[in-house]
Amino acid sequence: MRYLPLTADDRAEMLKTIGAKSVDDFYADVPEAARLNGTVEGLPDHQGELAVERHMSNLAAKNRAASSGPFFVGAGAYKHHVPATVDMVIQRSEFLTTYTPYQPEIAQGTLQTLFEFQTQVAALTAMDVANASMYDGSTACAEAAVMATRATRRKKVVLSGGLHPHYAAATKLLCEAQGIEVVQLEHAIDGELALADAVDDATACVIGQSPNTFGTVTDLSPVAEAAHGKGALLVSVFTEAVSLGLVTPPGEMGADIAVGEGQSIGNGLNFGGPYVGLFACTQKLVRQMPGRLCGETVDAEGKRGFVLTLSTREQHIRRDKATSNICTNSGLCALAFTAHMTLLGGKGMEQLAVLNHEAACDLADALAGVPGVEILTPRFFNEFAFRTPVNAEAVLAMLDEAGIVGGVRASRLFPGDHLGDVILCAATECTTPEDIAAYAAALKEII
Amino acid sequence: MTMNTQGRPTAPESVSMSSIETVSGSRGLLQHEDLLFEIGTSETTGVDLPAPKGTKNRLGGVARKQPTGLPGLSEPQAVRHYMRLSQKNYAIDLGLFPLGSCTMKHNPRLNEKVARLPGFGDIHPLQPQATVQGALELIDELAMWLKTLTNMPAVAMSPKAGAHGEFCGMMAIRQALIARGEGETRKRVLVPESAHGTNPATAAQCGFIVDEIKANKRGRVDMDDLKAKLEKPDDIAGIMLTNPNTCGLFETDIKEIADLIHAAGGYFYCDGANFNAIVGRVRPGDLGVDAMHINLHKTFSTPHGGGGPGSGPTVLSEALAPYAPVPFVVKDADGMYRLVEDIEGDASESFGRMVAFHGQMGMFVRALTYILSHGADGLKQASEDAVLNANYIQARLKSVMTAPFEGYCMHEALFSDAFTAEGIETIDIAKALIDEGYHPMTMYFPLVVHGAMLIEPTESESKAELDRFCDALESIARRAAQGDEALKGAPYLAPMRRLDETKAARKPVLKWAEPELAPPVAAE
Repeated sequence: MRYLPLTADDRAEMLKTIGAKSVDDFYADVPEAARLNGTVEGLPDHQGELAVERHMSNLAAKNRAASSGPFFVGAGAYKHHVPATVDMVIQRSEFLTTYTPYQPEIAQGTLQTLFEFQTQVAALTAMDVANASMYDGSTACAEAAVMATRATRRKKVVLSGGLHPHYAAATKLLCEAQGIEVVQLEHAIDGELALADAVDDATACVIGQSPNTFGTVTDLSPVAEAAHGKGALLVSVFTEAVSLGLVTPPGEMGADIAVGEGQSIGNGLNFGGPYVGLFACTQKLVRQMPGRLCGETVDAEGKRGFVLTLSTREQHIRRDKATSNICTNSGLCALAFTAHMTLLGGKGMEQLAVLNHEAACDLADALAGVPGVEILTPRFFNEFAFRTPVNAEAVLAMLDEAGIVGGVRASRLFPGDHLGDVILCAATECTTPEDIAAYAAALKEII
Repeated sequence: MTMNTQGRPTAPESVSMSSIETVSGSRGLLQHEDLLFEIGTSETTGVDLPAPKGTKNRLGGVARKQPTGLPGLSEPQAVRHYMRLSQKNYAIDLGLFPLGSCTMKHNPRLNEKVARLPGFGDIHPLQPQATVQGALELIDELAMWLKTLTNMPAVAMSPKAGAHGEFCGMMAIRQALIARGEGETRKRVLVPESAHGTNPATAAQCGFIVDEIKANKRGRVDMDDLKAKLEKPDDIAGIMLTNPNTCGLFETDIKEIADLIHAAGGYFYCDGANFNAIVGRVRPGDLGVDAMHINLHKTFSTPHGGGGPGSGPTVLSEALAPYAPVPFVVKDADGMYRLVEDIEGDASESFGRMVAFHGQMGMFVRALTYILSHGADGLKQASEDAVLNANYIQARLKSVMTAPFEGYCMHEALFSDAFTAEGIETIDIAKALIDEGYHPMTMYFPLVVHGAMLIEPTESESKAELDRFCDALESIARRAAQGDEALKGAPYLAPMRRLDETKAARKPVLKWAEPELAPPVAAE
């Protein structure tokens, strides 16, 4: 009970002040039949720090950490190095244990970092404005689709076959709940340009992804042109934020909304979450945007300060007319992102992106040298798909025996889509030449 | 009555110290800090990366042409930047954080230590399932606790936050109605006017129509209004009810409400944001609830980090369990844990996938660590202490502030602004609390009470801390009752004076931009 400061004497004295006989008095409104006597059955009582730590360590020991050997899994989450300073910053009590900055006079730390985060995301994506983070990339994508229907007053959304299938699923779910028609194009390794043909006068937006799920990078400018020609918007998605250091950003391709996953910068893998959704758009659309925004203002003495703003879009004021039901954001993960981005700067970001790209090029060259392997992705950043002459699941299992986590079988993401012999794999700055050599050598043994 | 135990002056004439100006903008130990964009350069970097070889390019012509231009800071510059900013934040580690309905309790550091074990923090959501058995077991173990504490048969772990959990529960209801062939006809969701703003927003996001129910004089659902709404039940999808509600009160008629909704053919969604008041004392499954999200950060102490991340696992009744979202964890006969991900396969009745991966694993680790530390006995004691602390605050302050409802409260004490003199508002009281060294309470919520002040002390506070807080608030309340104009200017002692929110909204500045250079002075 080390977390509870009240003593038995305190409790007795407080009850006296209140004029209650016991705490049971406070629960008098609970219907008789639903009152519990004693503690909930079937659960253990409290434990000391040592015992809990031991239990959790035992669970952790049953998992293989990505850093423990050659590791090539991507597909929406990426193994990158996070500088020690980033973790120090987010563990500062004043960042870690504070709440939503509802009282700006005593929350300028959080607010200024959110303002800096918004500026960084806008610059990276080359968009006008960014919000103060969403849950993750997939929910940001879903919200972007709904936002596009609101902005265009149209009820149809077209999804690329290169869009991450989990992003597509989350988007379909939110859209279908609201009566929005979703058209999903056939999965294709180089399928982004097909979006241009799918847009019509009823389309609210087309959603493309670059680099896409198969790693393919695409110039979406022709898609933007086709969409705008029909009065539709282009939503541009990315799952690998580091790519923005090297590839043409969404804003320069004519995207109206850019969304993506920010996990790669400052955030660990964490088995899928918490992550940080990046969300940016053109100035014209800012009042349609979901989620939190931090804005600049002055205090009573004229000093610059920051506040949460444009809240008239939000659920606590507009209730059932709000732009979304989102109440929270990924504040701490956004802080990790912005701290890492601050350490990198524009120069470091570009260098990091080039290192990722070169590692992937080296990996592709090494794997292409294995007889029977075919690299399927024509242009890529740090991830690509390849075909093996043997079933992908079997290949990955055998690589696993050699201590190598070789990637994701495409059929895990696209069940039933006849991609049984395709593996998606990624390299990052964490990938060493030895890792690459080990992968190629092991693959040669297997096939 | 002890006063000024923090050694800070409260009399208005003593606050002129705020007018002292410094050249640097710093104030003693409180350092001024400009924006990163004003102190960094695009050539500076605080990471040492190896030089690229510069020989390979497979981008196919999609290379970035314009540099980002983003500034970087060296490592020591970055450390100072963030440390200086951190000092402009209030946090639960610094003191009482009585935001009602938000629940700011102690965040144990053991949780953080454990979450950073490489076996939890450094595992990929798509690596082979045989290599993440411990993670899947952890999800299963946390799920067991949540199901047992609520007496509900199923739980969806993937919702990313409380509002996302609401979305999960309402989507399960929607799917159940579709399965009954009533997806198109049952579109009306009843939502009490005291509900969190997320409740009506969630119902709307799921394609439902919101129908508001009034609150009665006791701050609970008006049963007559509810019954009137149910007279024509054919279009009723369900009800979204917060319990304990946003007035800090237990809904006395909750079982009857559940029965009425079920008899009307609808489902009962309970907003579990305030579950921390009743853990170990009441199981929502015994109240007739069909779905309820649990905010792990509120009830189980995962840190809120200035706005998130949250986590909102949603428990489901027998009736809704088949429609739970993918992915979910199952344990096979051979003792291996497995993720069910395919809605074409094992999860054919599932309403689908809400999010890319498996939810907030990092929060699951922290929540389970907290739960095991407390145990069943400690969780119950924590609920009772939270409720005791709130009632103590209510008892100590009700003679100087106005409590709008009779009787005991649950985990938060609610006051209205009826006691203040003309011209003094709730916001003035809140801002004056900042000068006393406290984060203010929740203001103007719930909407059903005029000038509401909702105070949630949680179980983390000692009696001595509660007394200090009550002393400070009592002093401010007396000044408010007397119409002390100085309150309108508070805070005086915070890092910033009162901020102009109207200006921020009127012409929004949402990112930093290079200041425009003054035009060159034309030569004569």
